[in-house]
Amino acid sequence: MALNIDIVVLFLMALSALWTVMTRSLLRSAIGLALTSAMLTILMFRLHAPLAAVFELSVCSGLISVVFIATISLTQPMSQEKVLQHMRDRLERFWYLPILLILTGIVLSFLNFKFNLILPVPEIEKDPRIVLWNQRPLDLLGQIIMLLTGAFGIVILFREAKKK
Amino acid sequence: MLSLLILIPLAFLLLMNFLTLKGRRLAFAVVMALSFFQIYAVFCPAIMANRPLHGLASVFDFMLAVDGLSRIMLLCIAIVIFVALLVAAPFVKEEDKRFYFAGLMILELMGLNGVVMVRDIFSMYVFWEVAAAASFILIALQKKRDPLEGAFKYLIFSSVATVFVLSAIAIILLISGDTSFAAIREALRVSPHSFLITLAVGIFLAGLFMKAGVMPFHGYLPDAYASAPAPVSILLAGVVTKTLGVYTAMRIVIDIFGFSASLQSILFCIGLISAIFGALAAMGQKDLKRLLAYSSISQVGYIFLGFGCGTPLGIAAAIFHIFNHTVFKSLLFVNAAAVEDRTGSLDMGRMSGLASKMPVTGTTSVLASLSASGVPPLAGFWSKLFIVLALWQCGHYGVAVTAVMASLLTLAYMLLFQRSVFFGTLEKGLEGVVEAGFGLTLPAVILAVLIVGVGIFFPYLVRTVIFPVVYP
Repeated sequence: MALNIDIVVLFLMALSALWTVMTRSLLRSAIGLALTSAMLTILMFRLHAPLAAVFELSVCSGLISVVFIATISLTQPMSQEKVLQHMRDRLERFWYLPILLILTGIVLSFLNFKFNLILPVPEIEKDPRIVLWNQRPLDLLGQIIMLLTGAFGIVILFREAKKK
Repeated sequence: MLSLLILIPLAFLLLMNFLTLKGRRLAFAVVMALSFFQIYAVFCPAIMANRPLHGLASVFDFMLAVDGLSRIMLLCIAIVIFVALLVAAPFVKEEDKRFYFAGLMILELMGLNGVVMVRDIFSMYVFWEVAAAASFILIALQKKRDPLEGAFKYLIFSSVATVFVLSAIAIILLISGDTSFAAIREALRVSPHSFLITLAVGIFLAGLFMKAGVMPFHGYLPDAYASAPAPVSILLAGVVTKTLGVYTAMRIVIDIFGFSASLQSILFCIGLISAIFGALAAMGQKDLKRLLAYSSISQVGYIFLGFGCGTPLGIAAAIFHIFNHTVFKSLLFVNAAAVEDRTGSLDMGRMSGLASKMPVTGTTSVLASLSASGVPPLAGFWSKLFIVLALWQCGHYGVAVTAVMASLLTLAYMLLFQRSVFFGTLEKGLEGVVEAGFGLTLPAVILAVLIVGVGIFFPYLVRTVIFPVVYP
């Protein structure tokens, strides 16, 4: 039963990811991405990784979606004709993607891999403060530098567009 | 105190943002000072020793380490950042853009330094992404159609490479339960999951090959190099693809996976395809920067050929060729920037005889081309000779002969490039062209001196710098 729920959530995640790349509206794409992230959050909770799930929900599903939507609001929408043309081009180019995805899933489920791996201790059993500050301080520093890079990117690539 | 190589640039980046508009003009000088500090640090045993810190300073005691390979990479990064900054002056003119360009260079510096010094596979990934993100923004800096397209292609390829590398890290974490190099190596050695390990090695390397831009994973590279502003092309060709792709591949193979017969076959295969087809593709190019991009693919193929031997000589040759390629390819991109600055074009069909009008650019480009082609006694000759010797020594005679043939192809396209751009009669309309400014000739002369100097002092350098990397 538990496995069935996981498969349903996994299927929904794949579906929302496909919608994200196939939809003709950038705004819907951003919403699709948030939805995909939300599905991933559910999966992470079910796989006993609540910390990762909370980060996924707050950062990827929440913060990133807000940044995307804010950025999209700075862009000029395309004409209806162009949008339809893009949609047709995309369908012609990527019609096989959903079929390929489903076929890969079916093949992998028949292969039935069993590795008997001993999973590492879930991070929840350790104190997250110790994990972040004592064990992985370099990753924290890297994340700070990454955020600074993102900030520079937004200022450089979008500030002038706003002025216009 | 290796953390200084990340913390000092970070501190300067934060401080720079508090400067007044007039103070921001110092941004370029700050980044140049940082690159000089890095060159000093590479030769300073006190900084490279990385002694444990005590008291409050222990907060900054990250798990970093350097060896001979890392030191050569740190040196390459500092040299290329310095050269790219000198070249940027005529290409990034607006005051605020110069400030942001300097900021991005610091971010790139931190990202690349992080990749080179970490000894944890996940931390490596974090800094990998920092360097890649800074590169996307740098390529798109001008916000014109071609640079944006180049940046987009790089972003897409990079994302696919990221998926591959992250999947491999996940599998490795499942098998070993840890992410530090030493722990993973130990866990993989005793692990019974040989299929999973092979899978992890395969997809990890596929991701790294994409980052290195070797054939057949090179789709984004010519567009990214050709469309980026001149200083960014120098940065990408000089160190970014080499650190994120080639160095990372070498590091994880040496420190984690180790050499095996199948891995060596893959490296030879990728190396040969890239060395030959990169050179053949370079021959058909009309755009100077695209020619240099394909030439980079070919030279990276050479690096993988040397590394694929798995012997100390082969690894030393690959490391030496990384350094040489950084120097001569940076010089060729500086020459391309000078030509673009003075003629406004990179179309080789529309220029010839420029050597008479631009003697410094012409002379230095000849030196770089000959070094790339492996002509003695320039630096490139020695590293290529070592690669061929290493291949011969480990019994891969066919690969060694093919590597020599690929070198002849390199000479052919470099001669074609020289004849099209610098020799022959001066093209009509170029009579008024004069030598490029100080910002473009100074780095060209410095790099040319390095090419000649490393070639002449090779016997000393091989004993003191190159061999100690593999024979500590």
